[in-house]
Amino acid sequence: MSAAAEAAPRRKPLDIVLDGVAAIGRSAIGMARGVGAVALFAVEGVSHLARPPFYGRLVLRHFIEIAYFSLPVVALTAIFTGMVLALQSYTGFARFNAEGAVANVVVLSITRELGPVLAGLMVAGRIGAAFAAEIGTMRVTDQIDALTTLSTNPQKYLVTPRLLAGTLAMPLLVIVADVLGVMGGWIIGTAKLGFSSLTYLKATMDFLQFSDVMSGLVKAAVFGFIIALMGCWCGYNSRGGAQGVGGATTSAVVTSSILILALDYVLTELFFAR
Amino acid sequence: MSEPKIRIRGLKKNFAGKQVLDGVDIDVPARSSMVILGGSGSGKSVTIKCLLGLITPDAGTIEIDGRNILALPAREREAVNDRIGMLFQNGALFDSLPVWENVCFKLLAQNRITRAKARDKAAEVLAQVGLAASVGDLSPGELSGGMQKRVALARAIAATPDIILFDEPTTGLDPIMGAVIDGLIRDCVQKLGATAVSITHDMASARRIGDEAAMLFKGRIIWNGPAAELGHTGNAMVDQFANGEREGPIQMELRR
Ligand SMILES: Nc1ncnc2c1ncn2[C@@H]1O[C@H](COP(=O)(O)OP(=O)(O)OP(=O)(O)O)[C@@H](O)[C@H]1O
Ligand SMILES: [Mg+2]
Repeated sequence: MSAAAEAAPRRKPLDIVLDGVAAIGRSAIGMARGVGAVALFAVEGVSHLARPPFYGRLVLRHFIEIAYFSLPVVALTAIFTGMVLALQSYTGFARFNAEGAVANVVVLSITRELGPVLAGLMVAGRIGAAFAAEIGTMRVTDQIDALTTLSTNPQKYLVTPRLLAGTLAMPLLVIVADVLGVMGGWIIGTAKLGFSSLTYLKATMDFLQFSDVMSGLVKAAVFGFIIALMGCWCGYNSRGGAQGVGGATTSAVVTSSILILALDYVLTELFFAR
Repeated sequence: MSEPKIRIRGLKKNFAGKQVLDGVDIDVPARSSMVILGGSGSGKSVTIKCLLGLITPDAGTIEIDGRNILALPAREREAVNDRIGMLFQNGALFDSLPVWENVCFKLLAQNRITRAKARDKAAEVLAQVGLAASVGDLSPGELSGGMQKRVALARAIAATPDIILFDEPTTGLDPIMGAVIDGLIRDCVQKLGATAVSITHDMASARRIGDEAAMLFKGRIIWNGPAAELGHTGNAMVDQFANGEREGPIQMELRR
């Protein structure tokens, strides 16, 4: 055995600790740097809103892409969630003879939480991926460089319209999700649980508060912004051919989904913890 | 002689430890056509991307009309870029837009033309590169490689820039179309008074397009002279390259 090999085991415990600390430090620094870079990217994207030229045509195109084409998935998700919610809460409340609260639970959970979060996750899968793939392909085929040479700021042209469209379209989708979610609950409530249609709707309206709906829509706008932002960011920074674009697509969906869930908690804390 | 339109001095660029450009010096006189030659991966595309500000060099200066553009504030730099047209090696057409919008993209971006007039303008420029007006309504994905290249060329020249950079303008074209495009590049220089920098691997085309030629090798310009002399310049390396000979000083250099 060589001297170095013998010496190695003695240094090992400290090395392991130091390596561990260094790795944690490195990833913390890397994360802080990443968050900072995304934040700058977002600020730059938003700042272009104030300066011409404005690409209204593109905002409209992306708005339709998000709002209209995501409608079916969001609608289905909302209806089924409302139905399941009614079933499950009925089972729970039946134990306390509080079946009457079903409508209450459905409308509150849909408008406050499930509408925005589920619509957000669905849209993250569709739109986050689509944005990342489109912008990523443009990056790896020099189209983003080409924009620069054609007197067009790529951030203004590619990112700003998407951020705006995402922020505007998500609340619209969530309004639809709210209505359909409540409707899902009503379907089960009247068809299966024996509520009269009128009682159910009256209970819903009694518990429905403007502030609940509004908080859900604010969440939706934030989620829409985050989805568009992560899609653009991951696409914009993709490197190296089809594989790079694939990676960008995945990370756009994963990061925006995680951010949606985390921000949902933060926003709920802000709105309701008083 | 008057001041060159483009003067590049000591341009250096290192990618992850690889010294791609190692002190490139190029002068391009105004209203002339310069051809840059060099092996695959020798840094030709990187050089013209530096000119456009798409890649920031590590060292060196790039002067256009006597001003070092690398030191200009962003806004003035943009103004300089507005007068440069670029044909990307792979075309880089926007596949979300129809061909006519691609061609007139810069004119539309600068509000020099209305959308209503852009189609006619596009048809006009497409005709110059030998494409029918009906091509304007297709999307880039529906075109053959050579057609895409020509659309990209049309896009580069549509806004009649002062300086035009062509990265392999005739690669992927048939010989006749190649000659047409060469003629078009000459016209841009002689009739429109543009200054052109072209990268090409095609020696016949290089002699047709270029007033002058320069050869990039191992990150430096090893030869610079009239394009007409290519093939019999007296520089052994350039002659080997231009004549496409397998054995010669370039192989010996690379083996060292
Ligand atoms: N963005 C980049 N990041 C890292 N390396 C790069 C980048 N761009 C170019 N390179 C490297 O620089 C070198 C020169 O590339 P360049 O594209 O300029 O070659 P070229 O002379 O245009 O070759 P070709 O004739 O094949 O187009 C290559 O080795 C390439 O790997
Ligand atoms: Mg190249």
